[in-house]
Amino acid sequence: MTSLSATIQDVFNEPGCGKNANKSEAERKKGCTKQLQPGGAAGGCAFDGAKIALQPLTDVAHLVHGPIACEGNSWDNRGARSSGSNLWRTGFTTDINETDVVFGGEKRLFKAIREIIEKYDPPAVFVYQTCVPAMTGDDINAVCKAAKEKFGKPVIPVNSPGFVGPKNLGNKLAGEALLEHVIGTEEPEYTTPYDLNIIGEYNLAGELWQVKPLLDELGIRIFASISGDGRYKDVASSHRAKAAMMVCSKAMINVARKMEERYGIPFFEGSFYGIEDSSDSLREIARLLIERGAPAELMDRTEAVIAREEAKAWAAIAKYKPRFKGKKVLLITGGVKSWSVVAALQEAGLELVGTSVKKSTKEDKERIKELMGQDAHMIEDMTPREMYKMLKDAKADIMLSGGRSQFIALKASMPWLDINQERHHAYMGYVGMVKLVEEIDKALYNPMWEQVRKPAPWDRAGESWQDRAMAQMDAEAAALAADPVAAEAARRAKKICHCKSVSLGAIEDAIAAQGLTTVEGVRLATDASGGCGACAVRVEEILASAAAEPAPIPALQAAE
Amino acid sequence: MATVTTGKKSCAVNPLKMSQPIGGALAFMGLHGAMPLLHGSQGCTSFGLVLFVRHFKEAIPMQTTAMSEVATVLGGYENVEQAVLNIHKRTKPEIIGICSTGVTETKGDDVEGYIKLIRETHPEVADLPMVYVSTPDFKDAFQDGWEKTVARLVEVLVEAPRNPERRDAARVNVLPGCHLTPGDLDELRTIIEDFGLEPSFLPDLAGSLDGHIPDEFTPTTIGGIGVDEVATMGQAAWTIAIGAQMRRAAEAMEKKAGVPFRLFERLCGLDANDEFLMFLSTISGRPVPLKYRRQRGQLVDAMLDAHFHIGGRKLAIGAEPDLLFDLSSMLHEMGAHVMAAVTTTHSPVLARVETGDVLIGDLEDLERLAREKDCDLLVTHSHGRQAAERLAIPFYRAGMPMFDRLGAGHQLQVGYRGTRDTIFTIANLLIADHEDNHDATPDTWRTDGGHAAAVH
Repeated sequence: MTSLSATIQDVFNEPGCGKNANKSEAERKKGCTKQLQPGGAAGGCAFDGAKIALQPLTDVAHLVHGPIACEGNSWDNRGARSSGSNLWRTGFTTDINETDVVFGGEKRLFKAIREIIEKYDPPAVFVYQTCVPAMTGDDINAVCKAAKEKFGKPVIPVNSPGFVGPKNLGNKLAGEALLEHVIGTEEPEYTTPYDLNIIGEYNLAGELWQVKPLLDELGIRIFASISGDGRYKDVASSHRAKAAMMVCSKAMINVARKMEERYGIPFFEGSFYGIEDSSDSLREIARLLIERGAPAELMDRTEAVIAREEAKAWAAIAKYKPRFKGKKVLLITGGVKSWSVVAALQEAGLELVGTSVKKSTKEDKERIKELMGQDAHMIEDMTPREMYKMLKDAKADIMLSGGRSQFIALKASMPWLDINQERHHAYMGYVGMVKLVEEIDKALYNPMWEQVRKPAPWDRAGESWQDRAMAQMDAEAAALAADPVAAEAARRAKKICHCKSVSLGAIEDAIAAQGLTTVEGVRLATDASGGCGACAVRVEEILASAAAEPAPIPALQAAE
Repeated sequence: MATVTTGKKSCAVNPLKMSQPIGGALAFMGLHGAMPLLHGSQGCTSFGLVLFVRHFKEAIPMQTTAMSEVATVLGGYENVEQAVLNIHKRTKPEIIGICSTGVTETKGDDVEGYIKLIRETHPEVADLPMVYVSTPDFKDAFQDGWEKTVARLVEVLVEAPRNPERRDAARVNVLPGCHLTPGDLDELRTIIEDFGLEPSFLPDLAGSLDGHIPDEFTPTTIGGIGVDEVATMGQAAWTIAIGAQMRRAAEAMEKKAGVPFRLFERLCGLDANDEFLMFLSTISGRPVPLKYRRQRGQLVDAMLDAHFHIGGRKLAIGAEPDLLFDLSSMLHEMGAHVMAAVTTTHSPVLARVETGDVLIGDLEDLERLAREKDCDLLVTHSHGRQAAERLAIPFYRAGMPMFDRLGAGHQLQVGYRGTRDTIFTIANLLIADHEDNHDATPDTWRTDGGHAAAVH
């Protein structure tokens, strides 16, 4: 466990992470271990995160050491695709029982590895630690080492039991396992000046294959994909690549950065979501490869491909402009990852009326204002009821979001499109963006909406459950408007820090009473932002507005 | 008849089994205004949540005590306390159902004690119904979690009738096993009501997870049986338990409130439904309605039409004990041979499955047995899809999870009508398979090798 906590600390110190670099020393130590609120949390655990990050490696046996819940409830549920082996979709688990809990499960784990190697002969076995054996003290590192020696095959321990933190921590711990036990352990058959690693891309719905033909055309070889449609041997020899692209999320930034540090492989952070981002990424790939010795003409060919593909994509999207005229989109996703998706939607003639800023940074918010205008609705935390009202009030015609909120839209008979991990369609590259626009069109113009929105013939107008809920919310809002004291109380009661349960009022009072000017000061005084740190941005905004106006005395403020 | 063996492998491959805490959580979802809470790390809940969302295609209420590594070691009182208070404040549930997990059972948290202390310390939740069930992941299976939870609900929530001599003759308790779908429950409700009886279902997933459009925004369950109604179940004249797993809850009901029970191990099949309808006729004192006489005729006709296709088929089936027993028995009665049967946990019904061996194992075992025994029909949940593809035999999805097809909540297999439709669906799969893969060609009966394809 000590080595695990050391690894966790190391991961938290990630200098490549912009979010991390902005934190204070104390916050950084806490790292991205979001202190979850019991009874108010959602989302996967660190084990889940580790598995998400590594499971797309297709030819590896992924063995989960734990009780049936960890694998039995979740196996074969990812949307990644493979061009070769399907072994990654096979569920392997030690399914430990009471005896293993009492006497330890190391023997069972060792035997399980042997069974897998005898029956399936994979190039490597990845062993995932989970909470229960971590508690009872099963040393998976030792078992993996013994198995490796005994069977002459790489057996990789992935130390990321669920209770050490949330999913994103697990992503990084998975990366650490690759760095420690896999990358650099084998040599490639041959190398070329066009060898590129792609890191942090999972090939969901096969979307990597929307981009791969362009790379193929340019003669750029995906040397190792970590991990979508990846293969063990490629990852093991990935230290010989010339350059790397880290796709979009920060999930595996530690892998990209440490490979740069250890093997001198430069990387950039890019995305293939959206037309401009795709072009930028292709250019950046060419630039890095040329820097590492590829002929300069690669850039000319890249520009030619970009020009051709952009023209094709914009032409395809332009067709939708008249159909999308006046149509409005509400975009709800955890952190607006891809600005060029927004750009492409706007190019297609859609108007964005709101977006979620729950996980956004200050720069993100500025960017939203820039792109969508000052009036853009920025949505923090919302209850389903509020989200529905938002859909109604903003008069949005369609909601784009992750799977979690789909039922709010669908049950309210609003068109909805999945733009997160569970989606069925691939939206990468130029063709992907056109596909997204096509899908929006299909959702918007499905004739079904007309019928499902009609009330039952025996219902009277205004009596639907949606109408009643809206009326109730309007009544509540009106009551607040008529009662400034209650309104002020409601405003002040709004939770700013969910982890530590600190309200806006408490923060304002602390700022006024103690003359606070920094987030750190507010944290010391109220504990706000002392949990996951995500609300630090909001605390800054509160500080800024407190500085802008002299602290009002409470009575006056209430009368405003 | 069948001998039951447990697999000897150290590594389960392609699990058939799911864990018992989420079986318990699902049972809580059949209550009105409920919030199931798993006492474990956040992943315990999120895996279950994703599984149910993918199965039912519905928003699922389910919370976690979000145990961290430190809390796991020190004990989870504070996490349970915070979770209960947060849930109470944010979602105003009518009941919180708490299931333990492997993480908290390894340490041995005394959750009953915690609940008592929480009630004493926080008056606002002193009277909030909270039901706790011990469901470690490293023991038993999904069906066991459901079984224990329903039994516990009866023990905690049902009140002994004030006057046991004067029971409500029309009232019937129905305790359905977890192998029944919301669609099955609706069918049973209709049948029972058609005899003039008033059924109370515990749990009642038909109201909560049947895929209807809700009539309010609520973070807890919608529909389901109310805590108040559960309390009065002790006044019913009869309890009908469906599936052997419900014996425990039925006995608890009998013990607590003196309600006699009748256990129906199966409700798919002609004989099974004859018995069920005659029982309803007896306790209600009414003749079997005309509607069911016609439905029975339709089922008989379906059996006659389908036996050509199902008869002689070699069935490989993987399911939890009650579903396995019900479906394999029905197909056996249609002339299929149960060649391979794999299940998740022990049950008294397993010995009576119409086959030589029932193996407590996984889908790798089922696939191997199906191949060895040359099976030509596979019945299991959606995770059987890879095996079905490799085996290249028709695949009927039954049980949970069913994530790669729509309508899991409405798949009907109880009653004359449900049996009829199940028979048609399976027979049609077999017909399509024959057309696609086994139609006669000039080479079909050639004996000089090269075309060994089985002929049906």
